[in-house]
Amino acid sequence: MSADLTMSPGGHGAGVMEERPFAIPSSKLVMWLFIISDACTFGAMLFAYGYIRNAAADWPLVFERASILNSLLMTFILVTSSLTVLLAVKAAKADDRQGAFRWTMITAGGGILFTILHVREWMSLIGEGARLFQNPWGSPMFGAAFFSITGLHMAHVVGGVVALIVIGLGYRAGRYAERHVEIWALYWHFVDLVWMFVVPLVYLLNMKR
Amino acid sequence: MSQTTSSSGMGSAIGVYVGILAIAIIQIAVALTMGPSLGRMLVLAAIQAYLAVMFFMHLRDEKPSLRLALIPGTLFVLVMMNMIWADSFRLLVMKPFAK
Repeated sequence: MSADLTMSPGGHGAGVMEERPFAIPSSKLVMWLFIISDACTFGAMLFAYGYIRNAAADWPLVFERASILNSLLMTFILVTSSLTVLLAVKAAKADDRQGAFRWTMITAGGGILFTILHVREWMSLIGEGARLFQNPWGSPMFGAAFFSITGLHMAHVVGGVVALIVIGLGYRAGRYAERHVEIWALYWHFVDLVWMFVVPLVYLLNMKR
Repeated sequence: MSQTTSSSGMGSAIGVYVGILAIAIIQIAVALTMGPSLGRMLVLAAIQAYLAVMFFMHLRDEKPSLRLALIPGTLFVLVMMNMIWADSFRLLVMKPFAK
């Protein structure tokens, strides 16, 4: 009986612990639940953008070839960072703390590079006259839709970069466990997943023809 | 055995990585040649999303009950958001404001 108590997760001997939901740690389930709620948030943002675009008679087609190639480069960086965070999780599962730290920092670096490219693009559009509720090309709602969707995504990227740096440093120092690296890798994959919808719906559909 | 599993796991991850990037390039090629229709863009994005969720996020390796708990409800919410289209068409073709 006492052996059962001490074998409970955390080893506090506080009593019989309930089974893990869906055979995963509760913390991982919480991250999944956050991901599906955030997916609905981004879905709502994209649907609202579609609604506004459909209802506008003069929706501008803004993005030239350079912007499309820039979005492809950003996609490459983000998808590659998803691969590097997978390598971080693999290293963490093998208890290779230095390796997990290295790959986590490389992933964070990819996120920083993505943000720099994105801010550069924002500056270019703002320089051409695009604002939240006006622009020189057409419907004044273009800016509101574009900046809010990409801005919310960028905020998620920046938050993910901060989290990865904290988790990477903490895991290397022994403060965090392997599951923490895995949980924040899930978040990072979600950020990449959202971008896979933003590129075709926001960039490609508004490509100059 | 764990090393074999691990190397095959990374092998499939790299395959999925290449696949996702290839679809991104196909999206741009389709947009430039055939025109960026919403249906085509969404189908390609959905394939990328499936690959990312199942292989990168390892949902394929989790219990079926977790997949059942997460996926249908999320898809239902996203599909139900489609009810807004009638109102956006109303704004486009009717006169929403009194003169």
